[in-house]
Amino acid sequence: MSGLQDLKKNLFGGTTTVGRQFGMIFTLVAIVLLFEVLTDGLTLTSGNLIAVVSQYSYILILAIGMLMVIVAGHIDLSVGSVAAFVGIVVAKSIAHFGIPWPLGIVLGLVVGALIGAWQGFWVAYVGVPAFIVTLAGMLLFRGGNQFIGNADTVPVPEGFRTIGAGYLPEVGPATGYNNLTLLLGLIGCLAVAWREWQSRKTRQEMGAAPAPLWISGLRLAVMVGVIVFATLRFAGGRVGTSLPVSGIILIGLVLIYSFYTRNTVSGRRIYAVGGNARAAELSGVKLQRVNFFVMCNMGILAALAGMIFVARSAASGPQDGLSWELDAIAAVFIGGAAVSGGLGTVSGSIVGGLVMALLNNGLQLMGVGVDLVQMIKGLVLLLAVAIDVYNKSQGRFSIIDSLTRPFRRAEVPAAVPAADAPRQNDKTPAAS
Amino acid sequence: MPMPDRDAPVLLEMRDITKTFPGVKALADVNLVVNEGEIHAICGENGAGKSTLMKVLSGVYPYGDYSGEIRYRGVEARFADIRASENAGIVIIHQELALIPGMSITENIFLGNEPRTGLAIDWKTAQRRALELMKLVGLKEDPDTLIKDIGVGKQQLIEIAKAFAKDVKLLILDEPTAALNESDSRQLLDLLRDFRTQGITSIIISHKLNEIEAVADQITILRDGKTIETLDVLADGVNEDRIVRGMVGRDMSSRFPDYTPNIGEVFFEVRDWTVRHPITDRLVTKHANFSVRRGEVVGFAGLMGAGRTELAMSLFGRSYGTWLGGQVFKDGREIRLRTVSEAIEHGLAYVSEDRKAIGLNLLDDIKTSIVAAKPAKVAHHGVIDEVAEHQAAESYRQELRIKTPSVDEGVSKLSGGNQQKVVLAKWMFSDPDLLILDEPTRGIDVGAKFEIYGIIHKLAEEGKGVVVISSELPELIGLCDRIYTVFEGTITGEVVRAEADPERLMKQMTTTKKTA
Ligand SMILES: Nc1ncnc2c1ncn2[C@@H]1O[C@H](COP(=O)(O)OP(=O)(O)OP(=O)(O)O)[C@@H](O)[C@H]1O
Ligand SMILES: [Mg+2]
Repeated sequence: MSGLQDLKKNLFGGTTTVGRQFGMIFTLVAIVLLFEVLTDGLTLTSGNLIAVVSQYSYILILAIGMLMVIVAGHIDLSVGSVAAFVGIVVAKSIAHFGIPWPLGIVLGLVVGALIGAWQGFWVAYVGVPAFIVTLAGMLLFRGGNQFIGNADTVPVPEGFRTIGAGYLPEVGPATGYNNLTLLLGLIGCLAVAWREWQSRKTRQEMGAAPAPLWISGLRLAVMVGVIVFATLRFAGGRVGTSLPVSGIILIGLVLIYSFYTRNTVSGRRIYAVGGNARAAELSGVKLQRVNFFVMCNMGILAALAGMIFVARSAASGPQDGLSWELDAIAAVFIGGAAVSGGLGTVSGSIVGGLVMALLNNGLQLMGVGVDLVQMIKGLVLLLAVAIDVYNKSQGRFSIIDSLTRPFRRAEVPAAVPAADAPRQNDKTPAAS
Repeated sequence: MPMPDRDAPVLLEMRDITKTFPGVKALADVNLVVNEGEIHAICGENGAGKSTLMKVLSGVYPYGDYSGEIRYRGVEARFADIRASENAGIVIIHQELALIPGMSITENIFLGNEPRTGLAIDWKTAQRRALELMKLVGLKEDPDTLIKDIGVGKQQLIEIAKAFAKDVKLLILDEPTAALNESDSRQLLDLLRDFRTQGITSIIISHKLNEIEAVADQITILRDGKTIETLDVLADGVNEDRIVRGMVGRDMSSRFPDYTPNIGEVFFEVRDWTVRHPITDRLVTKHANFSVRRGEVVGFAGLMGAGRTELAMSLFGRSYGTWLGGQVFKDGREIRLRTVSEAIEHGLAYVSEDRKAIGLNLLDDIKTSIVAAKPAKVAHHGVIDEVAEHQAAESYRQELRIKTPSVDEGVSKLSGGNQQKVVLAKWMFSDPDLLILDEPTRGIDVGAKFEIYGIIHKLAEEGKGVVVISSELPELIGLCDRIYTVFEGTITGEVVRAEADPERLMKQMTTTKKTA
């Protein structure tokens, strides 16, 4: 293998799925650099990065839930309405019934879970297509929001606002940076190093040669570099700002759900159901449970996103969450999920969401009007999925693959795979 | 029988065809010469590249995707897609049938090729022509019947009728008889001979070597993506053993491994099992009684549609139809098998006959597929141990000789036979006590069949019970210690190995009378 293939293959862990993310991240970096140039360096300023995170974290949270729904082969059109509904319920409860705000958050999550269970019931146990169930939900909960809120805005108290507009406190010595963000960055670097070491160990235990050391080193250096850069940016903004609390919630969720979907038995079942429901069923997977779970989980995440948004804008209003479902769905598909289910990753969706967010943000910084931004976003979505579909029809996989295709030409080994070799020597009676 | 003209002009020549997929060289400098008006067979082990070669020929992999040259009717052909090859008269019927289950026979035959008057589809003409075409392939059905309501054998004939709706010169059939029973297969082969008299050339891929021997004029053998030889059936005195030698590169003295069964006592028993069709009132299984001993291989013989698959699937967690009654006993105690997970917990495994539709998630990679029926075995507290998973998959890759560069590959990239091995591995991994194999060697080459028989014996030796459903009587006779015959949902008899012969089984498979 040439060094370049080695690099591509190993930079993100070596398996095909992970290799695909290479292209995704490549796209993201290209967009960042493009706008960095086009906006004369405004994109990567501390202030802007912090704004992007707090402005889009709730969409990205929705994208996580949406990814699971889409992988299972469904869709959820109601998330924006559900978010708005939960937002108004929580805001009202706090404002009118004097519920303490932490309890308000719990209440919000419970309401989200109930709504999710309601929709999950119809989808999983009655068998109504999710498209219909959530279309109904979209109307139902949008109306519910206006019914409860009388189409008014309801403000939320200071404490509650932390989850949407809060920052990490300033503690410790005056370094000129937000110390807690620095600490997080340090933990991030250590975690990345630990993971790299773990993955080398795992490959060794599998009996596969781990990536050459220089590749591990390079991969680590790139990741640590990115983390250090981001840490300094987020920690070095205006005094009193840091990595937003909503961003920390998001990171936590991404880690948890990535692990869940990739590494757990029940997470895998979602892919099995989306990939071939009948085969999954005949392998002992309980379809109804999986379908119920993804819808229910979506409800909870929509509730969380709704509350973060309300906290950020300090009040709940009738226009909250309008067309969020579209942003979340777009993020998932740009992130490489298959329309027919069974394919997609949490991290891919997050990168997809970030592509959309940075596109939006960059265009706004350039002073492009909302109308044009919408049109461009629409075209990007169409193009991304079109490339994906085209590639699949060619027997290749995904947008991302196509971006890295020039690298893989020479990957074809001359000989036929190894499992054949022992063919001659065993139980089969051989005479000649 | 009219003999093909030995000096017939060359219809098709494929020269030095090379086709690579990422990680695999599927074809390396393959040559194929097909004369006009002959039946040309292509043989080779699973993954030898047969389907790939035909996909190159029919434009599925367009010009530029492969290297080498295709000369068709004397000129170089560069097909950009399937349509282009169809226009040239080359029609391929793929290994996987491409009919739309919810559409009628007529609609399927003329899909994308509808006769029209102006802009509107002319259904009258379509119906009439559908009837003509169906007559051509010897099929009597109402053309309005939905595809999903007719059997696989008939579906295969519809595929051929569909090919004839186009102007076909060269008909390619990729394992057309894999899913057919003997009489349906015979009918299909007769059809090919008919076509030969009409000057239509056919290329047929099959693992049923007896059919190849019976019908082919020339045989080209592929191994590991290379052309090994082309045999002239008449001139070279070809028989099955000769073909096998070409395919595997050595002689195989026997089709079944040597094995002395060591049979214990009855541990699995089904009593009075009755199942109704999911929609209609028809009973697909009527008061079935059967038993399996430890270490025993039990066969189920029957014609297509006799209800063997239905019986197996309804036992396996009521995955088919409506259960009307009956009991299952394991080790003397009654067990309940209401869901698939209950069945798996009680040590049942069902390897489906239709691996693509219901056996595998084609989006998955090999290792995930192998652990899919019992992921808990490689997990701690619900978290998958990647190392354990990889090792488990790797050990099956070696044991079953799954042909793949790595267990991280997607199952969709495997050849048909290797996919079957993955399904088998998946259920072996679930550690069953009773393994039900539904057509386990469908579409599998001789060498791999032999291996699978060996695996079945090994499972039996470990004291497991194995139930084999198969439409190939020689397979059942060679493999099983005891064979039940099924006719229209009723178990009509039971034959032990020593007394099993095709005539006797056939008789029991086609009568309602209970004989045992
Ligand atoms: N789309 C693909 N991507 C990657 N590899 C492929 C693809 N299609 C086929 N292959 C590989 O090419 C080789 C030849 O496959 P092919 O399907 O032609 O075999 P075959 O001779 O038809 O086997 P079978 O008898 O099992 O149908 C196999 O090793 C297979 O894994
Ligand atoms: Mg094939």
